[in-house]
Amino acid sequence: MFPTPLEKTSRQWQISYQVLLPIMLIIWLLPLIAVANFSIKPESDFVNGNYWGIPSSFDAFSNYGKVFFESNMPRYLLNSLFITIPTVIGAVALSCMAGFALGIYKFRSNLLIFFIFIAGNFVPFQILMVPVRDLTVNMNLYDTKTGLVLFHIAFQTGFCTLFMRNFIRALPFPLIEAARVEGIAEWKIFLYVVLPLMKPALAALAVLIFTFIWNDYFWAVVLTQGPTAQPVTAGITEFNSQFRAAYHLMSAGSIVAALPPVAMFFLMQKHFIAGLTLGAVK
Amino acid sequence: MSVSPAVPSTHASQPNRGWYKRNEIAITPWLFLLPAMIFFAVYVIVPIGQSFWISFHEWDGLGEKAWVGTANYERLLGIGDQNMDRKFTVSFWNNLKWLVLYLLAIPAGLFIALFLNQTVTGIRFYKSMFFFPFVISQVVVGLVFSWFYLPREGLLNAVLAIFGAGPVNILGDPTLATYGIIAAGLWPQTAYCMILYLTGLNAVDPEQVEAARLDGAKGHKMLWYVILPQLKPATFIAFVVTIIGALRSFDLISVMTNGGPFGSTRVLSFYMFEESLSEFGFRMGYGAAIAVVLFFLMLGFITYFLYSMYRDEKGAH
Repeated sequence: MFPTPLEKTSRQWQISYQVLLPIMLIIWLLPLIAVANFSIKPESDFVNGNYWGIPSSFDAFSNYGKVFFESNMPRYLLNSLFITIPTVIGAVALSCMAGFALGIYKFRSNLLIFFIFIAGNFVPFQILMVPVRDLTVNMNLYDTKTGLVLFHIAFQTGFCTLFMRNFIRALPFPLIEAARVEGIAEWKIFLYVVLPLMKPALAALAVLIFTFIWNDYFWAVVLTQGPTAQPVTAGITEFNSQFRAAYHLMSAGSIVAALPPVAMFFLMQKHFIAGLTLGAVK
Repeated sequence: MSVSPAVPSTHASQPNRGWYKRNEIAITPWLFLLPAMIFFAVYVIVPIGQSFWISFHEWDGLGEKAWVGTANYERLLGIGDQNMDRKFTVSFWNNLKWLVLYLLAIPAGLFIALFLNQTVTGIRFYKSMFFFPFVISQVVVGLVFSWFYLPREGLLNAVLAIFGAGPVNILGDPTLATYGIIAAGLWPQTAYCMILYLTGLNAVDPEQVEAARLDGAKGHKMLWYVILPQLKPATFIAFVVTIIGALRSFDLISVMTNGGPFGSTRVLSFYMFEESLSEFGFRMGYGAAIAVVLFFLMLGFITYFLYSMYRDEKGAH
């Protein structure tokens, strides 16, 4: 193990390490701590210049209450949910199938198609912006959740296919050969042999895509414009203009907007990190 | 020498199978690929071509496209008797700043990973807490940092005041604003690189480390000659995601400064958006031309990434 395990180091270093850990963490999270502190302060603290000190009274309930009951925030949160969940399902379903095709079968253009999926995934969004916006307008899907979902599914399919294909590649191939010898139809092999083995990959991808899509901002401003369809990342700007310069409410709002993926990460940490670090070890 | 197979072939026993059955192995992959390929073609592959096409036009996004040849590029790059588009120059240099400085996330991530790669009680908690800024949306990261930088209410100036420095108005100062935004971007990016390295460190061969220790290697020598070579896959991925992230930077700029002050924080991706969907009218053709330039800038990296992956792919078989 590197660096040298703590047990084998000097007593002084052991103690300083234990002291350093929390200090480093506080410095690391300082901007966030400041915002969390903002969000539980009463308005009067900002008037009196008590910006970063201890709140003079604990006003979390009234601040967060305002976010949920006196703004469009719940609407935006729901929109985000209705955009994110179908995208996760769609992208994972499409890429499972594509990953199966590219991981199991040998045909001439296999590697070419695989690399087109990877390459598309690296492309800057901006080169897609004008045509995709135009396409969405022409399909009468501008400013709808469906328009956003369709694009997200298509774009995420690139990354997901890369992920699924590499995962399927690592499965024991004799299993599939055995099924073929038994005369099982190919689509049944996918459904009953491969799919059950892919559960960890499915979980990892689902949490990753959930986070990516929830946090998307660019496509939200390109393809939607109002509270009927905008997700929370875009809606927060409207929220902030409603409560201009009311830092206690704006920070409560952004904490609420950021929370779902954070909760998802802490609940599904193992899958999340497994997905994110795929390929970091050979 | 031919030996009949132990398992009787099912293929031979059914001479009258349908066309699909006979070609099942050849057709199935295409059936499975079809939906993903259609989606990807319609929304990703074809639009790349369309953007090239649109970049040779003047178009407001609604009416007819008017063919202008390479006029958009000439205006952008200042070919002929005109000056190079000043906003483009600023954006381009800012993109380079992003590219170079964003790479600091890699050594910073490695440093934190080395610091946290211990087995004391509660270390799992520390690892998650160090990582979780990555999960927060860039919009919120942008807001958090713009409040952190506030000249009066921000915590940064309060901390600087303790050391007798400041106050600075980072986002209001054209010479500092871009660096302030990049610092905000480095926060989640460093977390990402950290988790890549933590995973990599976990897989470092302990026997090699012990052997090197017996040979007297330690500290930075050990890191450089023994550990880093084993972390190569993690470094490669960190490099890929950091480069892509640097060139995609849009959310932070849009939220923190909206390109200002005096347009000093624009990057190509932001400038492109501004031209195409600005309040002064939609200049889709010009925007598409900027996107094409950005695309070529990225293409160099994409080619390198794909080549490395292709080499690995060939090596694996």
